[in-house]
Amino acid sequence: MFELIGVPPQALFGQLLLGLINGAFYALLSLGLAVIFGLMNVINFTHGAQYMMGAFCAWMLLTFAGIPYWGALVLAPIIIGITGILIERLFISRLYHLDHLYGLLLTFGLALIFEGLFRRQFGSSGLPYTNPIPGGTNLGFMFLPWYRAWVVAFSLTVCFATWFMIEKTQLGSYLRAATERPDLVQAFGINVPRMITLTYGFGVGLAALAGVLAAPIYSVNPVMGSNLIVVVFAVVVIGGMGSILGSILTGFGLGVVEGLTKVFYPEASNTVIFIIMAIVLMLRPQGLFGKPK
Amino acid sequence: MHKWWGCLVAMLLGLMAGPANAEYRGGPIKIGVLNDQSGLYADIAGTGSVWAAKKAVEDFGAAAKGMKVEIISADHLNKPDVGSNIARQWYDVEKVDAIADVPTSSVALAVNEITREKNKVFLAVGPATSDLTGKACSPNTVHWIYDTWALANGTGKALVQQGGDTWFFLTADYAFGHALERDTESVVLKSGGKVLGKVRHPFPGQDFSSFLLQAQASGAKVIGLANAGGDTINAIKQASEFGIVQGGQKLAGLLIFITDVHSLGLKTAQGLVFTAPWYWDQNDTNRAFGREYLAANGRMVTYTVVGVYSSVIHYLRAVEALGSHNDGRAVIAKMKELPTDDKLMGKGSVREDGRKIHPMYLFEVKKPEESKGEWDYYKQLATIPADEAWRPLDQGGCPLVKH
Repeated sequence: MFELIGVPPQALFGQLLLGLINGAFYALLSLGLAVIFGLMNVINFTHGAQYMMGAFCAWMLLTFAGIPYWGALVLAPIIIGITGILIERLFISRLYHLDHLYGLLLTFGLALIFEGLFRRQFGSSGLPYTNPIPGGTNLGFMFLPWYRAWVVAFSLTVCFATWFMIEKTQLGSYLRAATERPDLVQAFGINVPRMITLTYGFGVGLAALAGVLAAPIYSVNPVMGSNLIVVVFAVVVIGGMGSILGSILTGFGLGVVEGLTKVFYPEASNTVIFIIMAIVLMLRPQGLFGKPK
Repeated sequence: MHKWWGCLVAMLLGLMAGPANAEYRGGPIKIGVLNDQSGLYADIAGTGSVWAAKKAVEDFGAAAKGMKVEIISADHLNKPDVGSNIARQWYDVEKVDAIADVPTSSVALAVNEITREKNKVFLAVGPATSDLTGKACSPNTVHWIYDTWALANGTGKALVQQGGDTWFFLTADYAFGHALERDTESVVLKSGGKVLGKVRHPFPGQDFSSFLLQAQASGAKVIGLANAGGDTINAIKQASEFGIVQGGQKLAGLLIFITDVHSLGLKTAQGLVFTAPWYWDQNDTNRAFGREYLAANGRMVTYTVVGVYSSVIHYLRAVEALGSHNDGRAVIAKMKELPTDDKLMGKGSVREDGRKIHPMYLFEVKKPEESKGEWDYYKQLATIPADEAWRPLDQGGCPLVKH
């Protein structure tokens, strides 16, 4: 059996698939960020906390209301999305006339507050959440848990649907137009502020959805988002700030790159994405899929 | 008339000051509890350790002995640079006499050196690395409750004896993980086992599936988790997802806290075998302390918290015997000279290299149907006597040990 740089091909296939699965989380999270940035010009640092709140919301629905995973998959993004809408109305909407930096600082501060509140209430070691589809199948080169297969399929569907909605439908064209010339779109009788609010709610809902997907496989704890959000920001920067398709493709792609690093040089697996980010920023500052300004 | 009053007041004051002859005259004592209060190790110790330090001061009866003890605390965020800065500021500006706890071995090794330089006292409880009583041992440090060698010795030996003679390590890539892996590897080899491979994962990690797959492919009978807290939880959770245990491989949680088991749930954690120095359901005293802690902190007491309690009591005992706490080295020497004794850890001693000696226990996580309620998680499998539980004095390479 031939080997590739000391790694048998079965192991390599396994790692590629795993990379794709992890990429699904990056894609889903960076998609939410890209939607919010692309359509609102807000750098949403609360995204990681909202992902965490999605996972906690799933746990609370199960523990206090007896609503299982599948119900949480629908309800948690709606509930957290509504909190997002409140945040946008109460805080973020007051900063639109200021520089991006203010939005960034505000959302970063909010993230710290949310994490602190959840830590105070639930502690730091995390909560148990049972895997709704245990078991899996042996693919020959690796054991694929059913749940991971579900995560990839589901997030691909959600990503595609979001891209389609924004790029190919009338609603999407309104949104994009409102980003470019809010005054003109308003003049056509479209309620731009409401559209912006709903967009933020939608982006936050995507983060919460990723949180629900993560609950059965990752430890549900208050800092689960802050570990991930930095990587996801790098993904967005590499893909091109605000590019919907870019964030999806880069999310999956970087998941694979990270997965391969875990085989060849595991110690670097959490830095490799930032190395790529540095290289991309030097050679193509607008990102792989971004349009130069 | 005024004279009369004056005499009376003087007499009363004299009476009140009477017992003060036996009072501690060394001035106020300040102990700083330095640990992770917001990150992945916050539930293992965190603010619970601060609570335990205050409880120790109270139970020692410091006030009645005329000792004025102040407990302060800070969050080191698991970063050696942050921890070092706080330690220096505490010693130089805040006049702290002793630093207690300090989980995260990399931070503890930094605090260990600063404490030596400033001639203060380091009551190491939270860090696991056995280097603190090995090549990094210091005349200003004592190491309480556990270390990587004792954990490895207990769990490693037991699993090899049960037939788990081939191992693969998942190691957190920093001082603690390396020490735990090294100590376990040597126990496995000595017991006749073999190590088939190891992988070092970034700290803190989130997704372990890739590493678990490598472990699975290695065909090792035992996968040793040389990590802690959130990393261990994630690894065990994902191992169950990938059918590692069903596939016939055994997980060895080398460092397991009760809060980890709580977070995993018994369904996922059942059957884990591990070594620990203390469990709340071992006897009435432990149960009472456990319940009190649970009521005050909202989670069950972990053994590192017990270590903070026990070490602070012994520190105060040594300070009282010495009549002063200004010379850190002298206090540590006194701590090594006096036998240890407190209600939670019982009688014990502190060795020349700073190692606190007591028995360790081998536990197994109960099946869900065996548990009678919340926090009823462990079955005790064996007691490892004090003289077998710790690394022999001459094998650590501590320069303080005279040969």
